[in-house]
Amino acid sequence: MDSKRKKDSPESNELTRSSPFPDEVLERVLGLVKSHKDRSSVSLVCKDWYNAERWSRTHVFIGNCYSVSPEIVARRFPNIRSVTLKGKPRFSDFNLVPLNWGADIHAWLVVFASKYPLLEELRLKRMTVTDESLEFLATTFTNFKALSLLSCDGFSTDGLAAIATHCKNMTELDIQENGIDDLGGGWLSCFPENFTSLEVLNFANLSSDVSFDALEKLVSRCRSLKFLKVNKNITLEQLQRLLECAPQLTELGTGSFHQELTTRQYAELESAFNNCKNLNTLSGLWEATPLYLPVLYPACMNLTFLNLSDAALQSGELAKLLARCPNLQRLWVLDTVEDKGLEAVGLSCPLLEELRVFPADPYEQDVVHGVTEMGFVAVSYGCPRLHYVLYFCRQMTNAAVATIVKNCPDFTHFRLCVMNPGEPDYLTDEPMDEAFGAVVKNCTKLQRLAVSGLLTDLTFEYIGKYAKNLETLSVAFAGSSDWGMQCVLSGCSKLRKLEIRDCPFGNEALLSGLEKYESMRSLWMSACNVTMNACRRLAKQMPRLNVEVMKDEESDDSQADKVYVYRSVAGPRRDAPPFVLTL
Amino acid sequence: MSIPLEHDYIGLSEAPSMERASDKISSASSSTISSESEKSTALNLRETELRLGLPGSESPERKPQLGVSLFGKDLEDKTNGYSLGSLKGFVSGAKRGFSDAIDGSGKWVFSVNGGSEVDLGKGAKSCMPGPAMKDVAAPSSPKPVQEKKPQASAANEHASAPAAKAQVVGWPPIRSFRKNTMASSAKNNEDAEGKSGLGCLYVKVSMDGAPYLRKVDLKIYCNYMELSSALEKMFSCFTIGQCGSHGLPGRDGLTESHLMDLLHGSEYVLTYEDKDGDWMLVGDVPWEMFTESCKRLRIMKGSEAIGLAPRAMEKCKNRN
Repeated sequence: MDSKRKKDSPESNELTRSSPFPDEVLERVLGLVKSHKDRSSVSLVCKDWYNAERWSRTHVFIGNCYSVSPEIVARRFPNIRSVTLKGKPRFSDFNLVPLNWGADIHAWLVVFASKYPLLEELRLKRMTVTDESLEFLATTFTNFKALSLLSCDGFSTDGLAAIATHCKNMTELDIQENGIDDLGGGWLSCFPENFTSLEVLNFANLSSDVSFDALEKLVSRCRSLKFLKVNKNITLEQLQRLLECAPQLTELGTGSFHQELTTRQYAELESAFNNCKNLNTLSGLWEATPLYLPVLYPACMNLTFLNLSDAALQSGELAKLLARCPNLQRLWVLDTVEDKGLEAVGLSCPLLEELRVFPADPYEQDVVHGVTEMGFVAVSYGCPRLHYVLYFCRQMTNAAVATIVKNCPDFTHFRLCVMNPGEPDYLTDEPMDEAFGAVVKNCTKLQRLAVSGLLTDLTFEYIGKYAKNLETLSVAFAGSSDWGMQCVLSGCSKLRKLEIRDCPFGNEALLSGLEKYESMRSLWMSACNVTMNACRRLAKQMPRLNVEVMKDEESDDSQADKVYVYRSVAGPRRDAPPFVLTL
Repeated sequence: MSIPLEHDYIGLSEAPSMERASDKISSASSSTISSESEKSTALNLRETELRLGLPGSESPERKPQLGVSLFGKDLEDKTNGYSLGSLKGFVSGAKRGFSDAIDGSGKWVFSVNGGSEVDLGKGAKSCMPGPAMKDVAAPSSPKPVQEKKPQASAANEHASAPAAKAQVVGWPPIRSFRKNTMASSAKNNEDAEGKSGLGCLYVKVSMDGAPYLRKVDLKIYCNYMELSSALEKMFSCFTIGQCGSHGLPGRDGLTESHLMDLLHGSEYVLTYEDKDGDWMLVGDVPWEMFTESCKRLRIMKGSEAIGLAPRAMEKCKNRN
């Protein structure tokens, strides 16, 4: 039963309340408001609405686990069933944050055990999760249904075994890319034989074999299974058997797409895909070759999301596949498809909204292959609805980007990574300032921007002047002086997350944002020109900010090598490891 | 500890070391020039000259090369990011390493294979199962790969430019978990030669009738005996009762010897697919040749293996 709040007597209520609605009605109405931003706005209207909002909320999203404490969350929101938590700074994905930095889920689980015993869903990103925590979760929350882990670390497949063993009502087990200690595939066999509730199963990023027998039986008895993403060890033959058990799938991640099949097996596989009428998302496809891709064709008509980032396809194979995917909205590929492959994207996928191109060989610096500005331009001509792009390339020009944003003015997320730091326009040798200038001038809805290439302060002047809706900015190896960062801090009124590495921004820039940081979620600056004294000043003047510094071992005492600044109502961290200095 | 390694990359360097670094570059580069002059089309040493200029000023006459612009720009702006300065320090180390590689062994092309650190680093990247995942979770593991890569690419590329390129921590910004996966899948698509220099050599083993594949690391065995006994242990649960029950507990001596009989008798034979895509009987070629050319293994029924033996002998003759 939901906790009920005590009410004032009806008479005094009517005299003092400002809202004409009884509480129950208000809560009922507000219960339909789902978006976090809307709920935040609702809670600011008046006290009644604040209370109605907090009683009716069932899902809480916490973008920085250290901005608030679990006790504070539980005090404000008594009826939470679903929690989303993000922990470490994003650059921890790229090894810029040492191990044992923190963001451990356990303290949260302990509070939830007493305050939210009916907790159903937990979605974690960049948190540290131990096997003990997973076992605690599995044994304490009897109603627990959905677990999603992305970029987390600290756990092993033993923790998954605990989840599978004890969570009787599990509907979702979504293990995305994590630093998991893969000790074996036995966890899958821990789902009890009478367990049938699973709707989402994703173990694509685990490397050990699971028992195929157990998997097949699990898939057969979970009639509501909608998302199934298996790992690389599942063969085509096994995939075919799984598809026979579960033609109702809407999202499928295949295993290895390379196996010698007999003609009969090939036909069976093709027929299995033909029977999957509801498939809208496809991924996996490791080692896919031209020989086997055609079995997918019957299922392609309804595909809206195709994730080929694990399949090193060439342009011809991609073109043939995409010709059958006219309804594609999201596409992830490796740059092995080259510009020619991207031309095919432009030709075949007019409804495309999101494109991500990942580098197959990010650390090979003499690679002749990959994609260039031409591929991106080709996509922009064919896909006017494009609004999300993540593009890794080795060369780019200002002119190309200008063309791209002219063709696609609706960008909300523009993440361009020219892989060589400080790379100029390869035709003119100029900085790439005008490219990003064009982006921010043309794309008024821009929320997220990642810049790269040779950039001076001019880029940041443009950003500060034009990117009025910008919320997230990622900067690396760019800028000329403090002025650049100052422009961004003073101009981008909606800025929430700023992450900077290896830029010549120093104390003046850091301190120019004094007033700003409380309206932001966080600031990260590493390998810049910031000193410890400046950080101390910041900490002193802004007590509601946590200013944390991590020093590199060989640096001198005055340098603040890695600075992480974030607003918090929970005060300084109590679990900071010795290498995190809270100023 | 991971942190010291990280600093070799991106650690802050004070002015003195910046000068030292630039000295190293010019001295290393001169030796590089003399030995590589005919090959150095890519490396324009002007880029590495110490130049003074105001922060933010560009030198349009330069055509920065991949990676070289990094310290070209860097030398220009002394007040620029410290990390760029230390990258120079790192790069000079890499260059020295490169010349060492040339001096150290006659066949510097193969220094990748010989160099244990490089192998370990690369090996850690491409080995799929548990240990690799563990390594990825710790920041220390990717770094050895990144640190040594310039040497590797220098050795492989026959050009002098690669030695000048620095590998930066956490750049390009690819999630470490993803890059581990991609490295494995990209390498799986290359031919076997791409694998030969690595620290481990995983091949899939399938057995007719078994419900799933296994993987073995060929590098941990020294001869066919070790390989075959390992496979026996791995697959014993499948062959016993060929009705397919594989949940049998305990692999006692009786089970293994039964399997050995099966393998050595006519029931099952061990075959492998080589680089050319042909299926051969295991055991016909010398062990080293086998590990270099084996792409995958298959335990197949004896009846299906007829006709493989002659091919193996022929191939062996052609190679020798």
